[in-house]
Amino acid sequence: MISLKNISKSFDGSRVLEKLTVEIRTGETFVIMGKSGCGKSVMLKIILRLLIPDEGSIFIDGVDTTNFDEDAMMPFRRKIGMLFQGAALFDSMNVWQNLAFPLFEHTETPEDEIADKIAELLSFVGLDGSQDKMPSELSGGMKKRVALARAMITEPSYVFFDEPTTGLDPVTSGKINDLIIRTRERFGVTSIVVTHDLVSAMKVGTRFAFIDDGKIAFEGTRSELLSSSNPELREFLKDAEWQDRY
Amino acid sequence: MKSIRRPLNNVYDYFNLVAQAFAGIVKKPYYFSEVLRQMENIGVQSLPIVLLTSTFVGMILAYQSGFAMAVFGAKMYIGTLVSISLVRELGPVLASVVVAGRIGAGTAAEIGSMLVTEQIDALRAMGTDPMKKLVSTRLLAGMIMIPVLVIIADMMGILGGGFIAYATFGLAPPFFKKTVIEALVIEDLVMSILKALFFSILIITLGCYSGLNVEGGTSGVGHATTRAVVLSIVFILITDYFLTVVLLKLLPGLSF
Repeated sequence: MISLKNISKSFDGSRVLEKLTVEIRTGETFVIMGKSGCGKSVMLKIILRLLIPDEGSIFIDGVDTTNFDEDAMMPFRRKIGMLFQGAALFDSMNVWQNLAFPLFEHTETPEDEIADKIAELLSFVGLDGSQDKMPSELSGGMKKRVALARAMITEPSYVFFDEPTTGLDPVTSGKINDLIIRTRERFGVTSIVVTHDLVSAMKVGTRFAFIDDGKIAFEGTRSELLSSSNPELREFLKDAEWQDRY
Repeated sequence: MKSIRRPLNNVYDYFNLVAQAFAGIVKKPYYFSEVLRQMENIGVQSLPIVLLTSTFVGMILAYQSGFAMAVFGAKMYIGTLVSISLVRELGPVLASVVVAGRIGAGTAAEIGSMLVTEQIDALRAMGTDPMKKLVSTRLLAGMIMIPVLVIIADMMGILGGGFIAYATFGLAPPFFKKTVIEALVIEDLVMSILKALFFSILIITLGCYSGLNVEGGTSGVGHATTRAVVLSIVFILITDYFLTVVLLKLLPGLSF
């Protein structure tokens, strides 16, 4: 379980998160929605301590990691796989090297075992045989699938998806959504999905939150989300109703 | 007050990066293959341009000084002037400026691109220290390869000067060689290597610092690249003056 308590974060005097409190339960796919720039991705980076909050506390599996330094944070980062918005594959490495990187860095896993694991994960994301391809040879959707395979290679307990379908066509977005669901079913991971793609949110989420004005303005199930009377959320969901009609 | 604080913060951040980069060289894990890759990039791939520029600098120096010295009947000292000028000053400075243009810019662009595409965050999220993986490896490779490049530049410059001394002023190569050997002492080489070592630290750390502090997305990468090269060249020249003053005092064998 991951919980954030009263997290605040500002950039150059502009407040992005203000006393945000939220709890992500084990086994769920928690979808965080909100307008662009509302601090959704910042929240993920704060959990990983890639950004340091101005105030508040972070608990990962019951451990207060708020004031952990880089070394103390490492074991917790290894529990979390992160799929970045732009995939963040290492340009200078091919697909095989990108996937093997976390294992070479932190484990003594033999190379043939790594190769088997890579082949299995690439098959899971539907990219068999693409080990030798460079990131520049991959499409946006393929990059995200490779990035998901890389996030899963260390068998994390949590996977964070930062805007997994942004910039992708509807068909590719659908494939990514299926993968998010299959990842939960097959590996039993707890996922946090940050998105403003409502179709994706509705498809993959088991519980939802809406960030507005730096705080959690709504938290609940899909039916609670759709029946919420929060005016900001209703405004945000207008597009979803449009999507449902077509 | 705010306008003073920002540059001071930048200076603090830069020295912090330099300290962390040096600490990263001795701290485990060691990235030997990455260091070798960077040595190839910094050293081997910079060799052609360093060879070319240093040879021509030696030739220009011999040509210009030869005519001036001929007026006083002192053209037999071309070897002395060319070798001392090159080994003490022009070899380390010009080779480092050329390397700053190639490696400083490349480093800032590569690391800056990694920053804006979240690859640096990805490294940290996977439990890897980007400072060690990206900066310390480059620093170690630069501190090994740039002094080697400077020694090669010194030699090529002297050879170029020797060619002009023979072809234009009719000085016999054995005589030129004799004046060079008589002019140079081991302290000249020590000065050349020490300067190259300091310049290599400047080139690599300023390139990495500029790359890691890119602001404003991909357009910021261009600015960072320019800043890395300009800062490297400016600080190479400033550092060169102070190193010259200090080393002339510390190395008694150096004389005019």
